Amino acid sequence: MDIHFLTYKLSLAGGILLLSLLIAMYATLLERKVAGFFQDRLGPNRAGTFGLLQPVADGLKLFMKEEFMPANADKFLYILGPSLTMLVALLSSAVIPWGGNLNIGGVDYSLQMADINIGVLYTFAVVSIGVYGVMIGGWASNNKYALMGAVRAASQMISYELAMSMAIVTIVMTTGSLSVNDIVAQQHGFNWNIWTQPIGFLVFIVCAFAECNRTPFDLPECETELIGGYHTEYSSMKLGFYLFSEYINMFIASAMISSLYFGGYNFPFMDVLGVSPNWITIIGTAVLFIKIAFFMFVFMWIRWTLPRFRYDQLMRFGWKVLLPMAMVNLILTGFFKLLFK
Amino acid sequence: MNSILKYFKGLFIGIKSLLMGMSVTWKELWTKKVTQQYPENRKTLVISDRFRCELVMPHDDKNEHACTSCGICQTNCPNGTISITTKMIETEDGKKKKILDKYIWDLGMCTFCNLCVITCPSDAISFNKQFENAVFTRSKLIQTLNKEGSKLREKKKEVKTAEVKSEVATEPKAVKSVGILLGAIAEAKSAKTTETTPTKNTENKSTDNL
Ligand code: SF4
Ligand code: SF4
Repeated sequence: MDIHFLTYKLSLAGGILLLSLLIAMYATLLERKVAGFFQDRLGPNRAGTFGLLQPVADGLKLFMKEEFMPANADKFLYILGPSLTMLVALLSSAVIPWGGNLNIGGVDYSLQMADINIGVLYTFAVVSIGVYGVMIGGWASNNKYALMGAVRAASQMISYELAMSMAIVTIVMTTGSLSVNDIVAQQHGFNWNIWTQPIGFLVFIVCAFAECNRTPFDLPECETELIGGYHTEYSSMKLGFYLFSEYINMFIASAMISSLYFGGYNFPFMDVLGVSPNWITIIGTAVLFIKIAFFMFVFMWIRWTLPRFRYDQLMRFGWKVLLPMAMVNLILTGFFKLLFK
Repeated sequence: MNSILKYFKGLFIGIKSLLMGMSVTWKELWTKKVTQQYPENRKTLVISDRFRCELVMPHDDKNEHACTSCGICQTNCPNGTISITTKMIETEDGKKKKILDKYIWDLGMCTFCNLCVITCPSDAISFNKQFENAVFTRSKLIQTLNKEGSKLREKKKEVKTAEVKSEVATEPKAVKSVGILLGAIAEAKSAKTTETTPTKNTENKSTDNL
């Protein structure tokens, strides 16, 4: 491994980190704007033009808040909770291919951090650790509301993760690879997975909502019943970490949906455009970000459309609706795969 | 078999209702926004006619008002917000007459119920739409509504000079207003708990508040 390669990878990692943080920052503004517009309001527009400085103001406010820790909280776990959530949220961006290859001076630079051959497994392993951040935080707070939130997060996880993995298995079956890069590369042009896997997509997007703790699956924080759920006892930047990681998760989930079902950086007519491969890569990255932005908007759109599920409704939905659907999809996919071999 | 059918039916109904909901919110996304950008739009601000902000006693250009200092508004105010002080003067033809000295209204105690306005037999008071009433001390909320040196508008002369026809025409209105008045008084009385010496009450309260 030469020093050249190392610097490139490090700067790419730094770039992706900064980008995720920046996007998460402005996702909070977008969320508030979109929420406002859905409710016939204008949303925040006092801090800077269109409220562009609002996230900065919010961040500053969180930093300046008093750092409060409940007297009977478990100190180590209390701090571990938000740190783990944030860490895990940031980790999962490593295997997403942000674009094709850039060829500069005869050397190929991949816009993916790490093309590991079990990328899909890696992402879902990492993402499912995220729920531990919530559970640990809720447990360590020594507060009944927080504990309720943590319990809900745990039960929510076991009800959707199975269906989610089944949806992923079907994708792996059709592409024959566990590497995200391969999966994206196989959807060249307009040959996206959504055309062959609409049911899988439906299951996956529902599970992605649950994964990100977004409405209608935001039972763990559920402010109407549980005050703030698992982050009831958190304040200052620890709370900021929890809130922020939700938006990072949303960003990563949107990127994952785009990569697995909507062709990632592929776009229609990419072969007949007649520009150099470098330009194709750049346009592809831009297209990927447009897709991500669209799915983030869908996340918000659904948030302001659907009310929150009740606890038992969620369990029923996960086990009795999503899981059978994912299983049928799995069997059908296998059947067609054998038929058209 | 039946349960499988039910499962798929439920699934499709669920997806359909989700899409319907999303189309509703999508339409809502593009509707005109109702937000009033307040400090900027002060000039074009539209305030409903029924909005009650400040009690005023309209004076005409001769500095005359219509308040006969009958005290009906004071009696009807459920909060003891209004306190009227009167003084006796002697008119040119030697008669003694009670006139308004000070009409004091405390914005901090008013619940804007409008009872005073609808019970006033002379239509002497009304609410305006001046809503920027924030002040730094509570004492500034207590306002004297009659202007310095103002006096009662002479009513009798006008009636005398007016034609008989117009008097007849105004009669139904007068009857109606009396009806309203009686109803409102009855309502106010039933709503009222302390009727004794509202003037004193007001003074006590306002001094307490300060
Ligand atoms: S405002 Fe009307 S009700 Fe009150 S004292 Fe004057 S005339 Fe009487
Ligand atoms: S509006 Fe109601 S509370 Fe206010 S002064 Fe008139 S009668 Fe009293």
